[in-house]
Amino acid sequence: MPIDTAPFPSPPARTPDPGLARIQAARARHWARARRLIAILLGLWLATGFGTVFFARDLAHLSLLGWPLSFYLAAQGASLIYLAIIGGYAWRMRRLDRAFERELARAQEDGA
Amino acid sequence: MSKLDASGTGAGAGTSTGAGTGAAGAAARPGSYFRRLSRYYLWFTLCFGLFLAALGILEQEGMPRQWIGHLYMFATIVLYATIGVVARTSNVSEYYVAGRRVPALFNGMATAADWISAASFISLAGTLYLHGFDALAYVMGWTGGYCLVALLIAPYLRKFAQYTIPDFFAVRYGGGNGSNRRGTTVRAVAVAATIVVSFTYVVAQIYAVGLIASRFTGVDFSVGIFLGLASILVCSFLGGMRAITWTQVAQYIIILVAFLIPTMWLSVKFAGNPVPQVAYGSVLPKLAQREAQLAADPREQEVRATFQARADAFGERLARLPHSWEAGKIEAQRQLDAARGRNASLGEIRNAERTLLSYPRTADEAERAWTAERAANLARAQPPEPHAEPFPGKTREESDIRRNNFLALVFCLMFGTAALPHILMRAYTTPSVHETRVSVFWALFFILLIYLTMPALAVLAKYDIYTALVGTDYTALPTWVSYWASVDKANPLISIVDVNGDGIVQLAEIAIDGDVLTLATPEIGGLPYVISGLVAAGGLAAALSTADGLLLAISNALSHDIYFKIVDPGASTQKRVTISKLLLLAVAFIAAYVASQKPADILSLVGAAFSLAGSTMFPALVAGVFWKRANHQGALAGMVAGFLVCLYYMLHTNPMLGGNVEGVWFDIAPISAGVFGVPAGMAVLVLVSLLTAPPPPETAGLVEHIRAPE
Repeated sequence: MPIDTAPFPSPPARTPDPGLARIQAARARHWARARRLIAILLGLWLATGFGTVFFARDLAHLSLLGWPLSFYLAAQGASLIYLAIIGGYAWRMRRLDRAFERELARAQEDGA
Repeated sequence: MSKLDASGTGAGAGTSTGAGTGAAGAAARPGSYFRRLSRYYLWFTLCFGLFLAALGILEQEGMPRQWIGHLYMFATIVLYATIGVVARTSNVSEYYVAGRRVPALFNGMATAADWISAASFISLAGTLYLHGFDALAYVMGWTGGYCLVALLIAPYLRKFAQYTIPDFFAVRYGGGNGSNRRGTTVRAVAVAATIVVSFTYVVAQIYAVGLIASRFTGVDFSVGIFLGLASILVCSFLGGMRAITWTQVAQYIIILVAFLIPTMWLSVKFAGNPVPQVAYGSVLPKLAQREAQLAADPREQEVRATFQARADAFGERLARLPHSWEAGKIEAQRQLDAARGRNASLGEIRNAERTLLSYPRTADEAERAWTAERAANLARAQPPEPHAEPFPGKTREESDIRRNNFLALVFCLMFGTAALPHILMRAYTTPSVHETRVSVFWALFFILLIYLTMPALAVLAKYDIYTALVGTDYTALPTWVSYWASVDKANPLISIVDVNGDGIVQLAEIAIDGDVLTLATPEIGGLPYVISGLVAAGGLAAALSTADGLLLAISNALSHDIYFKIVDPGASTQKRVTISKLLLLAVAFIAAYVASQKPADILSLVGAAFSLAGSTMFPALVAGVFWKRANHQGALAGMVAGFLVCLYYMLHTNPMLGGNVEGVWFDIAPISAGVFGVPAGMAVLVLVSLLTAPPPPETAGLVEHIRAPE
């Protein structure tokens, strides 16, 4: 299997190639955006889990279609928010990946 | 990346068997491959529906229950074995990662089946029934963990594109020119963690297989274990990850059907709405009303007072140890002599003999037994806790402790989920990084179809028992009560005794084991036995699918990471797969042997597996991607420290492991030891990494590579 032998490119050599520099800049931008997205979604994840539990007693008096709000959040609401977080992440990352591809194509056009 | 995949796919197509249930032969275009798979599984679902209908008609015609149980058991096991035979392979990429071409939707379904274990399927609804709001920690924790999997781990593992989780540790934390070039030490530690976590878990699955098989077909427990084992083996032995994936998709469909049919039935019965997730909101207020009514009912109070008196009696005997022990022993002997002396009936003499035989042998033993008895009686003397109320407690502190424990358990389960090797392994099997992200979404979606129904089932069943069973006459008990009471004589799953002698069932007189709830739901709802058998088949599918994934995780860790990467790096691909299959066989038999010993202590450790997995693997996995400065020494120290802190806390505080409840920190229960283990592991990883030399330059290249888009 070809996968067994060092499949990873060594760190790019430091040549003054302008195309390569642009690719690296595009990669760095992509990673910065991805990292920000992950940080925001992790914040939402933490707020959902912590908020639902920590304020459960205060939310118990509110009612949502027959459910006490805290019971609904713990039994369904939080899990549905988690699903939305994962779905949102996959969707946004797809768009970030495509934006990166476009930048890459532009860099290659300019280089050619 | 695409070059590697193309070669993997090409090799897979070359050796595939070319026929049958969709696992065979990759199509040229992913879209048509996906359509073909969907067609196969639609046909499968249809055939399964016809099978159910046929069994239903046969039951109407008077086929005995035993036969229906046998038919389910053998039909499903033959099905899994057939998929295993059709998807057999000895190609390395196929065997370890299913050729990396499982479409996201099907990978999600397989992950869901991998995830929904016997504990989830059989016990979770019962736990929700017994513990109300507190048990929702499992629902929240086990679903929230997938956020961590999706955001922090799975896409990067897919980009890394090797075979096992220890692979990632070894490459990320190895490198350089020193003795650590191949990352052998960190690989070995990761293998050890994988095995410790997965083995406790797999023993519990096989135990459940034996239990279900023996209950529904009447075969002996150990025979049941080996029947289940046979189907696991045919499947994973022949086809590795590829066969397991396609079996798990079929198993997920069975699990879903088996869980939804009875719950929807109950939902129509009590709420007039076939969607239980929506319907049970209207039942909750009625349940709360009924709970309040039962708490104030004078007859209920009478029964609870009886239990309180029994608890007090045990307390008194405990206070007068060891004299009370001697007096009790003499009294038991005297009873026996008296019975013999007055020529009492044989039954009475037997009873007296049994009392004497089961009497504690020493005063110490008596102390343990009586303490347990007192606790059990005290628990039954409590009025029912309101199902939907969060953290009820006599004082604000008591309530706060329950809230903190809930929070701790949620986070332990989340971090544990994000570090379970058999779940993470599945990230390797999709065609691209994007598909991996989408597959985690589908995995949680399919898990939620079951998990959002569990609290509904618990509420509906509770309402049925509180209103229909409580208050009936003892002469008119429903048949399911006597059936389930007689299934396991030593530890009855349900027992109802007329404590106050009024001939009417009181809630406090019912002792119900959580495990019975899911299995008995069809009978509680008055459905035919075919549905009961279906639920058992669903439980079997849940246990088998999880056992499949776990066994593969263990045997791959041993064969790929230990044998191929450490012992004999020059081994041919053929030899690697053969070794892997042999190890799988060995591990399966060891696990089955351990399970057949019915080890109570191992079963109680399954919950602890999450804390251990999270504490050991999570920090090093995440730091491997998100912190370039994390190095070999840091990862090793972090893993060992996380594991030790977690283990220490469990041993120190869990009475079953020789600890003492007095030793808890911040009143956190031992099952949530990961709340201390994960931060400790993370802190040690950061500290040691910063104190030692930075990782070699090629590590930075690797991290850049796995972060970069395809």
